[in-house]
Amino acid sequence: MEIQVTHYVVLASVLFAIGVYGVITRKNILIVLMCLELMLNSCNLLFVVFSRLYEGATGHVFVLMSVTVAAAEVAVGLAFVVSIYRQKESLDIDLLKLLRG
Amino acid sequence: MVVSHKNPVSSAISLVLTLFSTAVLFVLLHAHFIAAIQILIYAGAIMVLFLFTVMFLNIRDSELRFDSMNIPKRMTFLFLFIAVVGFFASKLFSSSPVVFSELRDPENFGTVADVGRSLFSDYLLAFELTSVLVVIAMVGVLVIAKGRES
Repeated sequence: MEIQVTHYVVLASVLFAIGVYGVITRKNILIVLMCLELMLNSCNLLFVVFSRLYEGATGHVFVLMSVTVAAAEVAVGLAFVVSIYRQKESLDIDLLKLLRG
Repeated sequence: MVVSHKNPVSSAISLVLTLFSTAVLFVLLHAHFIAAIQILIYAGAIMVLFLFTVMFLNIRDSELRFDSMNIPKRMTFLFLFIAVVGFFASKLFSSSPVVFSELRDPENFGTVADVGRSLFSDYLLAFELTSVLVVIAMVGVLVIAKGRES
């Protein structure tokens, strides 16, 4: 069986769906961050697939940008996790309701 | 596996596995530079950051008990996602297929020279803005991690 573009698209959407599922159902803030990484990674996969399809380097440049942004986002997110854990002594995201009206 | 493990460390190891597999797919798509970047930055730097945070926080087993949504709610979300993805997959597979082996093999596609030329000519502004973003993130992390007590 030949590998089609469709296979890659379906794989990327499955990865994205797993990430969304994790973000919605898990309560551990570290695992929520990891699921965000999973979603970003599935988007990178799509960029590379369509860059291969249309034979331009644009998709690769986009992937580089998004990897950089993901790294920055993870650094900031983990700093938040550390400071939240210092305050609350827990990683439960349901405890974060300071903004509740 | 990233989603289903209770322990964050096993979850992170599964994420490394997933990222490596994606890097293999990048190599199959002639994106060698991106694959190297993926392994270096994602599977290297970001994962070390995650594992370091887990060890830094020194979480005990009893603190991970809260992480259990009730089963029916989970199953509802699961079936919803399977239905949505399956719907789109069936739509996609019914359209005309594009097979990769029919595409011609480009000369220097996805090499460092190709990506770098594009990055430093057409997308120079975006590249510089990304570096500004990284500096901002670094300063922000320092401010957050330092705390208010100083």
